[in-house]
Amino acid sequence: MRIALFVTCLVDALFPRVGQATTELLERLGHEVVFPAGQTCCGQMHVNTGYAREAVELVRHHVDVFSDADVIVTPSGSCAGSVRHQHAALARDAGDDALARRAEAVAARTYELSELLVDVLGVSDVGAYYPHRVTYHPTCHSLRVLRVGDRPLRLLRQVAGMTLVELPEAETCCGFGGTFAVKNAPTSTAMLADKMRHVLGTGAEVATAGDASCLMHIGGGLTRLRAATRTVHLAEILASTQSSV
Amino acid sequence: MAAAFLGIPAPPGVGQLRGDRSFPAAARDALGDSQLRRNLGHAIGVIRTKRATAVGELDDWEQLRLAGEAIKRATMARLDDHLVRLEAEVSARGGTVHWARDANEANAIVTGLVQATGATELVKVKSMATQEIGLNAALADAGITAHETDLAELIIQLGDDVPSHILVPAIHRNRAEIRELFLREMPGVDPSLTAEPRHLAMAARAHLRRTFLRARVAVSGANFGVADTGSLVVVESEGNGRMCLTLPETLITVMGIEKVVPSWQDLEVFLQLLPRSSTGERMNPYTSTWSGVTPGDGPRAFHLVLLDNGRTAALGDAVGRDALHCIRCSACLNVCPVYERTGGHAYGSVYPGPIGAVLSPQLTGIHSGSDDNASLPYASSLCGACYDVCPVRIDIPSLLVRLRTAHVDAARDRPLPTAEALTMAAAAWVMSSPTRFAAAETASRLGRLAGRASGRLSSLPPPLSAWTSSRDAPRPPEETFRQWWSRTRGGSA
Ligand code: SF4
Repeated sequence: MRIALFVTCLVDALFPRVGQATTELLERLGHEVVFPAGQTCCGQMHVNTGYAREAVELVRHHVDVFSDADVIVTPSGSCAGSVRHQHAALARDAGDDALARRAEAVAARTYELSELLVDVLGVSDVGAYYPHRVTYHPTCHSLRVLRVGDRPLRLLRQVAGMTLVELPEAETCCGFGGTFAVKNAPTSTAMLADKMRHVLGTGAEVATAGDASCLMHIGGGLTRLRAATRTVHLAEILASTQSSV
Repeated sequence: MAAAFLGIPAPPGVGQLRGDRSFPAAARDALGDSQLRRNLGHAIGVIRTKRATAVGELDDWEQLRLAGEAIKRATMARLDDHLVRLEAEVSARGGTVHWARDANEANAIVTGLVQATGATELVKVKSMATQEIGLNAALADAGITAHETDLAELIIQLGDDVPSHILVPAIHRNRAEIRELFLREMPGVDPSLTAEPRHLAMAARAHLRRTFLRARVAVSGANFGVADTGSLVVVESEGNGRMCLTLPETLITVMGIEKVVPSWQDLEVFLQLLPRSSTGERMNPYTSTWSGVTPGDGPRAFHLVLLDNGRTAALGDAVGRDALHCIRCSACLNVCPVYERTGGHAYGSVYPGPIGAVLSPQLTGIHSGSDDNASLPYASSLCGACYDVCPVRIDIPSLLVRLRTAHVDAARDRPLPTAEALTMAAAAWVMSSPTRFAAAETASRLGRLAGRASGRLSSLPPPLSAWTSSRDAPRPPEETFRQWWSRTRGGSA
C-alpha cells in the first residue's frame, strides 16, 4: 500500500526519530511511504488557543497537500483528532463549505498509527523486539477523541522481549493540553506530578504513548527529576527489531 | 419569538458568578493548600468510583444520554413556549409566577414576598440559583435570616464559607474541621461531639429540627419544572428538602428558566440520568414534586420566580446554549483533573469545574480582555473526560474552544494586538508555507548551539519559562525529519 506520512510539525522539528521509526516500520511491513514535502502543521494549537481564523489557512494548506493521498498516517492521536474532528467544522464556521467537503474527504482517509496498523493493514504483530520494561499512557485525544481503545496495547502485547506493565490511573490527563501547560503552568505541573508518580511506581524503564507532545511533557518532567525512566514513542518501539537493538 | 431579544448578561456586583481574581492566580493558592488537595482528592475518588459502578449497571446508558441530549435541545429551541405553558399551569393550580430579568430583580421579588408575610427568618433547600444571585446576602440586608438546611450548605453557612462543589458544597472540608466548626458555631451543641459522620449528622439534625418547626417561609430551587402540569421537582438525599417544601405556610421557589421540561415523560429520562451521575445511586432518597397549592396539604401560598440572569443571552448562541442543558449533576467536576487539583473556589463562581468554565462566562458575558471570567475557558487541558461522563452529552471541550475563539476575536479590534496574537499570527504565516517552516526550523536549530550540549533545555525565556519552571524542553535535533527524508529517500517527494 502507498501510505502518505503526515509527520506533524512537532515531530518534524523536534522529534524526527518518531517519523523515521514510522517510516521504517511501514516499509518493513512491505508498504511504500511517501512524504508530501509541502506539509507543515494541522493547526490544532491555533484552534485550541482560540485562533480559528489563522487555523483555517493551515487547514486549507493541509487539505491541498494531502488531497491526492489515498491513505494518510500520522504518529499522533492529537493531530489525527484535529484533522478528523476540527478541520471540516472550522472551514464550515468560516463559511467555506467547499473546503469543508474537501477536509472531510482528507479526514476520512487519515489514521493514527495504531488505527492504520490494526484496522487498515490488519496486523497486531509487527515483528518488533524491544527488551525493556514498558508502561503505556493512553493520551487523552487518542482515547477520547479518536477512540483508539486498546489498539496500541494489542500492538504492544505482541512485541517480543518486552514486559508491559499496567499504568495506574492511566486514563487521567498528564497535564499537557497545549498552551494550557504555559497559561496554567502550576495546575499543569500538579497534574504532571501525579502522572509521573504513577509512571515511576510501575518501575518501568520506558513510558510510551502515541503522541510526541504528551511524551515531551512527561519526559520533560522526568528528566527534570533526573528519573531513570525515559519516554519513547509507540512508533519507535514498534520499529525496533532484533537487529536494531 | 417575536422581536429579537438577545438578552442581557448577569449584572456585576451581585451574586456569585465571578471571582475577584483570574483562574491562574486563584489556582496557584489552592494548589499550595495540601490539606485542601487531600480532602478533595479523597472525596472525589470515592464519588467517581460510585458513579462508574452505578452507570455500568445499565446497558442502555448511552441511549439514555442521547435521549437526555435530544430532549434538552428540543426544549431550548422552544423555551419561550414551554415557559409560558409552565406559567399558565402553575397559575391555574393556585401558584403565582414572577419573572426576574436578573439577580437584582429576583432578590427584590423574594425579599418583597417574605416581607409581605411578616416573617424575619426562613428555611432554605439547597439551591444553586439562589447562591448564584446571592439571595442570602440580599435577605440579610433586609433584616431577614435565611437558614440553610442541607448539611453541607449548613457547614458552609456556619463557617461563613463559599461552596466549592455543585453537589457537595463543603467537599473541601474534612470531618475534623466540621466538628470543630459545629462546636464553635452551633448554638446548644453537645460539647462531647465526635467527628463520627453519624454524630455530626445528628447534631445538625437536632439543630435544624428546631428551625423547621419555627419557620413560616421556605425558599427552594428546583431541579425541574414540568410545563404540562405546572409541577416543580426537587431531588435530594437528606429529607431536609421535604421538610422545607411541606411544613412552612409560604413556599418560594427560584428556578432558572432553563430548568423547564415539557412533560413527565421527559422527566422520566432525567430522573434516571441525574442520581446515577451525581451521587452514584440508582435512585435518590427523596424526590418531591408539587403543583401549585393543595388546600389542607402543604404550603398555603406558592410563588415561582423564573430567573433569567444571563440565560437568554447564552441562548442567543446556537452552540454555546448547550451549556444551558446542564442538569447540575456535577459528574464533570468529579472527573476533571483540573478541578481535582484546584478545587472549586479557584473558579470564582458557584458553578465551578468544567461546566462552570463554560457557563459562568456565558452568563456574565466577558466585558474586556482582562475580565477575570475570560480566564475560565482556558482553565482546561481539553482532556475530554467531562464530555464522556456528562449525562446530557454537553461537548464541554468544544464549548471551551469556542469561548476562547470568541475571546480572541473580541480582542482583534483593539489597537494593539497582544503578544500572543502576534505569535499566533506569525506561527500561522510560517506554517502555511513549507519553505518558511523549514527556514524557521533551521533558525531554531541555530539556537541549539547556544545552550549546553545535553539533550534537554532547562530554562527558556518568557512565556516559555512557565514551561521550564518544572519541565525540561527538548533541544532541537541536528537534523529535522524533512532533512532526514531528503537525505535518505532522495530529494523532496
Ligand atoms: S455539564 Fe453535564 S456532567 Fe457537568 S454538571 Fe452539567 S449535566 Fe452534569
